[in-house]
Amino acid sequence: MHPIILLLVFVAATVVGYLIIKNVPPLLHTPLMSGMNALSGITLLGALTVVGITYIAAKQGELLLGQLLGGIAVIAATINIVGGFGVTHRMLKMFDKKKKRSNHE
Amino acid sequence: MNSTLYLISCAVLSIAVLIGISLMSRVKTAVAGNLISAVSLLLGISVTLVYNDILSAWSIFAFMLMGLLVGAALAARVKMIQMPQLVALLNGLGGFASALVGILTLLGIGVLTYNYPVFMNVTSVLAIIVGLVTLTGSLIAAGKLHHLLPQKPVKWKNHTFLLTTSLAVLGGITLFTGFAGETLSTESTVIILIISILISSFFGIAFAVRVGGADMPITISLLNSLSGVAGAIAGMAVNDLLLVSVGGIVGASGLLLTRVMCRAMNRGLKEILTGKTSTTSPHQPVHAPYLDTEEEVPLDPILTEGQESSVNEPTEPKPVRPSHEEVLTTAKSVIIVPGYGMALAQAQHLVQQLANKLEEKGAEVKFAIHPVAGRMPGHMNVLLAEADVPYEKLFEMDAVNDDFAQTDLVVVIGANDVINPAARDAKDTPIYGMPVLNVDHAKEIIICNYDLNPGYSGVENPLYKQDEKVHLLLGDAKDSLSSLLEVLFHYTTR
Repeated sequence: MHPIILLLVFVAATVVGYLIIKNVPPLLHTPLMSGMNALSGITLLGALTVVGITYIAAKQGELLLGQLLGGIAVIAATINIVGGFGVTHRMLKMFDKKKKRSNHE
Repeated sequence: MNSTLYLISCAVLSIAVLIGISLMSRVKTAVAGNLISAVSLLLGISVTLVYNDILSAWSIFAFMLMGLLVGAALAARVKMIQMPQLVALLNGLGGFASALVGILTLLGIGVLTYNYPVFMNVTSVLAIIVGLVTLTGSLIAAGKLHHLLPQKPVKWKNHTFLLTTSLAVLGGITLFTGFAGETLSTESTVIILIISILISSFFGIAFAVRVGGADMPITISLLNSLSGVAGAIAGMAVNDLLLVSVGGIVGASGLLLTRVMCRAMNRGLKEILTGKTSTTSPHQPVHAPYLDTEEEVPLDPILTEGQESSVNEPTEPKPVRPSHEEVLTTAKSVIIVPGYGMALAQAQHLVQQLANKLEEKGAEVKFAIHPVAGRMPGHMNVLLAEADVPYEKLFEMDAVNDDFAQTDLVVVIGANDVINPAARDAKDTPIYGMPVLNVDHAKEIIICNYDLNPGYSGVENPLYKQDEKVHLLLGDAKDSLSSLLEVLFHYTTR
């Protein structure tokens, strides 16, 4: 893909993201942040590609390095994603559960 | 999978992520929004595996399983009270992964042939730099939040000079990579790697140690933004469209939160990053100018007049100061102001009980949340939600600030700088100009703080010296709250 396209996508995503996120109230800023945090683990896609390609195509030294560093990257990014979405879910549940309870009362 | 299909899936998934985020702007839909984002990410992983034809690499799944187990354990076990440091830690991991991808790409390991090698090299170096700054900065922040490191800002000799220099070196090394040609020689690759890794790690540490306590919300938001940017840049390096777009979205969100936080503290981002932290000198409390003159805060007389005419509860005869027990049991309208002290004492459940008790005896209870109360954006909301306080009762500063004047009683739990009236008129103090909760406008104030020391900013709070309507309950917030609850219990059973 042409670099210009990548840069344009980056800028467009930033602007659209900014506009959408502006609507999130301060009440939900922590879940928003941890959710975004989980999304930043999307760098996993890059790590996966590296590990996969070295596994399939690389020679001795590169294979080892690719698996080692790439593997650490995959682990770190997965922790980021799973941990991030997990705590976000837990937090949001807390907010939501109150909703139901106060309606019952 | 052909590339058209791949492009379409990337676009669809990016939009799905955006929909997920927009659903997070309302409590009712937020859980679904989070799930949509998570599923989009899972689909993104599958698409990447299929598109790059790497499904047969079993090691990928082993690594992911390891990450999954650790991540799930973290998510399930962490206490709400530890949320700020967990967010910081996870941020760091994301940045670390991006940096590793950058390193491997620069080494040419695991990359498919690409038509724009210079662009790839430069973005790799940038991914390493931003990723490692995120990692080390987040680790320091997490260490501070977890009380493993001193809370106070640490200032080295020539701190600013060191930061500027390392930034210049990092800029230089990026430029060097850009002009080094399409294929880097082994020597220059090694040099670039060593310099960018060392200097960016150092930069992250140096900038994070200088930020302390109350400035943490800003730092965390900023690091959050950086982790997204690191991902986006890594995506440019490995030519992954989905990574670029989602990274951009995360970067934007972090930036937005950073701005919100900065505005709430009335300070520029630059001031915080260049070391003008809100503390002037950690040990020497700054005196608000009018404190020495023993004068009351000028607002008081006017306000008491206004309050007497208001339709609220008939006020106690003035000559005898009502005790805090009386104040508590007679108040018809109460605003509770939580601060970081509530988080430290883990007193959110008692706060909720207090609110319930007050409501049982007919008082109207609201919570006033200052945007920078606590150590991350929205910190107080999460803790109170954990304690089952309905979110409808949590009010933002702007929504509640005018109500203080018509309120019988304010209960402050472990908040200091965010209620300090000195921010309005003590010009020479670091908090001057910061929007504060108008706690001093209320009729009576009960302050449950640990001690009378100034808050993080080091500015003394004139409220502590004001006997007129302030009731101080010093010590552990849990004990103070228990005693308040006891008062209410006796009152209701009487």
